[in-house]
Amino acid sequence: MSAAVAPAPVKAWPATGGPILRLTNVTRAFGGLKAVCDLDFELPRRVLAGLIGPNGAGKTTVFNLVTGVYAPNHGSIHLGTEPIHGRLPSTIARMGVARTFQNPRLFSELTCLDNVRVACHLHAGATFADSVFRTPRSEREEASMVERSESLLASFGLSRYRDEEARNLPYGDQRRLEIARALAAQPKLLLLDEPAAGMNPQESESLMRLIRDIRDRYDLTVLLIEHDMKVVMGICERITVLDHGVKISEGTPSEIRHDPKVIEAYLGEEP
Amino acid sequence: MQELFQQLANGIAWGSIYALIALGYTMVYGILRLINFAHGDIYMVGAFAAYYLARLLHAGGPDPSPLLAVAVLLGSMVICAGLGVAIEFFAYRPVRKSGRLTALITAIGVSLLLENLGIRLFGADPKFFPQLVAPRTVTLAGGVLVTNHQITVVVISIVLMVALTLFVQRTRTGKAMRAVSFHRDAASLMGIPVNRIITITFAIGSALAAAAGVLVGLTNPKIEPLMGIMPGVKAFVAAVLGGIGSIPGAVIGGLVMGVSEYLVVGYISSTYRDAIAFIILILVLLIKPAGLLGHNVAEKV
Amino acid sequence: MPRKSKSAVRALAVTLAILAGAWALNAAGLAYLNPYVYRILVLCGLNVILALSLNLVNGVTGQFSIGHAGFMAVGAYVSAAFTVYATPRLFGVEPGAGPLASALPFVVALLLGGVAAGAAGFLVGLPSMRLRGDYLAIVTLGFGEIIRVAILNIDAVGGARGFAGIPQRTDLAWVAAVAALTFVFLRNLIRSYHGRALLAIREDEIAAEALGVPTTRYKVSAFVIAAFFAGVSGGLFSHYTYLHTNSFTFMKSIEVIVMVVLGGMGSLTGSVLGAFILTALPEVLRFASAERLIIYSLLLIVLMISRPQGLLGHGEISWRGLLSRGRKSPTETA
Repeated sequence: MSAAVAPAPVKAWPATGGPILRLTNVTRAFGGLKAVCDLDFELPRRVLAGLIGPNGAGKTTVFNLVTGVYAPNHGSIHLGTEPIHGRLPSTIARMGVARTFQNPRLFSELTCLDNVRVACHLHAGATFADSVFRTPRSEREEASMVERSESLLASFGLSRYRDEEARNLPYGDQRRLEIARALAAQPKLLLLDEPAAGMNPQESESLMRLIRDIRDRYDLTVLLIEHDMKVVMGICERITVLDHGVKISEGTPSEIRHDPKVIEAYLGEEP
Repeated sequence: MQELFQQLANGIAWGSIYALIALGYTMVYGILRLINFAHGDIYMVGAFAAYYLARLLHAGGPDPSPLLAVAVLLGSMVICAGLGVAIEFFAYRPVRKSGRLTALITAIGVSLLLENLGIRLFGADPKFFPQLVAPRTVTLAGGVLVTNHQITVVVISIVLMVALTLFVQRTRTGKAMRAVSFHRDAASLMGIPVNRIITITFAIGSALAAAAGVLVGLTNPKIEPLMGIMPGVKAFVAAVLGGIGSIPGAVIGGLVMGVSEYLVVGYISSTYRDAIAFIILILVLLIKPAGLLGHNVAEKV
Repeated sequence: MPRKSKSAVRALAVTLAILAGAWALNAAGLAYLNPYVYRILVLCGLNVILALSLNLVNGVTGQFSIGHAGFMAVGAYVSAAFTVYATPRLFGVEPGAGPLASALPFVVALLLGGVAAGAAGFLVGLPSMRLRGDYLAIVTLGFGEIIRVAILNIDAVGGARGFAGIPQRTDLAWVAAVAALTFVFLRNLIRSYHGRALLAIREDEIAAEALGVPTTRYKVSAFVIAAFFAGVSGGLFSHYTYLHTNSFTFMKSIEVIVMVVLGGMGSLTGSVLGAFILTALPEVLRFASAERLIIYSLLLIVLMISRPQGLLGHGEISWRGLLSRGRKSPTETA
């Protein structure tokens, strides 16, 4: 560890707990279609939770609401005690929420190192002037960002791609890069949108271990949207089920597995 | 008051020309998301094509034949339709997949090419458009004076716009055009020959621009190779104002542009004649970028 | 040596080296080059500054700005007006004064021009909040034209007759120095976190925003910085040659765009190359002046069809690259 400056202080969370994410009576409509309807949803700290439901259930919309891409038409969203509804996505990100996307949104022509470095905003206090004149502050921060990013790449086994353009990576590695990048933002809440999409059974196995691992190592709360039931049942401690924008069930994996409402939503009417 | 109506009348005649040009912009944008910078220059080529055709056919002069006038109009439209198709095929199709800035720059290149070829081939000095219709002044209600040239412009514009609307609404090709502008890939998956539809769109748009060029030759007979620049920009603003991609929007936009231009020149000052177009543009883009009749298309995250 | 002063010394050293080099270049130019070539070099330098600054917005941040000439015009006229009307009163320096006496007022004039242009850039950059792609392009074009027409109507700066009476202060030394400083400024910016944030906006604005990059703030900043440098270039221009709004039309904006595209969007060295090639080429083609513009536009179309990434793509020319015949990523720090 170089004689570096400590990273910028992260906003201190109330030590006593309380849910890290709270949606209260949230509704979001597009035209006449209610994508999310009167949703009440809470995430306790450090939980590894899943958000499932048939296609069109509104899961990605929930992500978009939490990350600020959309503002809710009704209701409120709180991160800890801070309201985040209606704020800019970049503001919410800086408050401690990071996400991945359904289809990886990497910075294709940038190197993997650069992809991760962009997320290091907590180290980027240097102003434009600092950067232009290459002041000690900016040099220090840059070194710190490189170090942090390299170590993240190493934890994800992506060091060999450090200077490779992100678009050249194989699909599985691209997804992992996206997660590494999200972690560089030092989030408290990590949202993963279908992280196992397109993966074969071995890859999903290793993904499951990875997600559990990072939750433990980085002291995160993780919420994932996933269609792969093996993954969901395998690592989620708590599952919420949406259908047509409405929460129809919530609980542990075994509770969800046996809930007739859930079975019906996925398979249609029970025989 | 009469002054106001007079300006309105002039504005409507002028606005019809903008509307015709705007239709081409809006259709091409709707179908390719491309701002065809060269469209204004096709209007210019239309005027010149008509000029040379008229000379060839000995149309115009003190006792002009309406038959020849129509022949000149149609001939010019056909020529420009061909030009538009060629431009799409040689310049725009190869860059369709290369990103929008590349396509934009290509369009700018085509525009410059047409202008400079025009200067080279037609000469930079203005030419005088032949008199295809004998001029007469008509007095409308309220003492407003209009020339039969202006009436011709409005009438033919209406005819063309109605024809276009019927085509787009009632024919299979028209439906296909709407499908392609809505969602190109889905249309192609449904068996619509996308390339052919795009070609047809360019042909129609260019033909309408040519018609505008011919009609403008009637009311403002001085034509020169750079005459397409300002009307092109203004017609584009008209298309944006009406909602780019919307055919009725282009018509409304064109009329608004024409009328506001005449009102500004009449009541404020002619120095701001061109500026009003940009001001309208900026207001539209800041207040309602989708235009009067357009839809906002949000990006899916 | 403590770090802070080490970096200050370095900055000073670089600046002095640039100034010395520029002065030497000018001396050599005056001594050995014929005036025609000298003038071309000055114009190349002005275009280098324009191309570099436009590259920041179009190439690095991926926005569509096609009205750059407007910012140049603002800088040109504001700085010229300052020199003609304010300098005699504020500095006691008359138009006829020599280079040494007029140096400081000239710098002030240039900076004022840049700041004014930057303010214009702010106004133009604001719509970038809501507008994407083609729409933004058209707004920038519109602003460029409005600025030009507005200036045309201001009698105090000559209006349609052009602005006469501006002393010639610019020479190759000034231009070379400013061009080099612009290059260093932008290079350092692009290699930093801020530069990466801009590149991220170009690559995927939504993802950048989701990772904490305040995209609107950055986009507007890019516009402001680019406009500033364009304004300084304009100031240098107005103190070199005849000043009339005809020099700042849409065609000028297009020329700068072509320089950036030819060199490679996102490549600073590419912009330098593009600026040199496209300033010198019309002179080379002078023999075919009637066909010149036709060739030019055909070249543009062919370039877009065959090699839209330009000469250098996103990369830069580097010593390492030249030696190993490779190209360096613009964000590499070492």
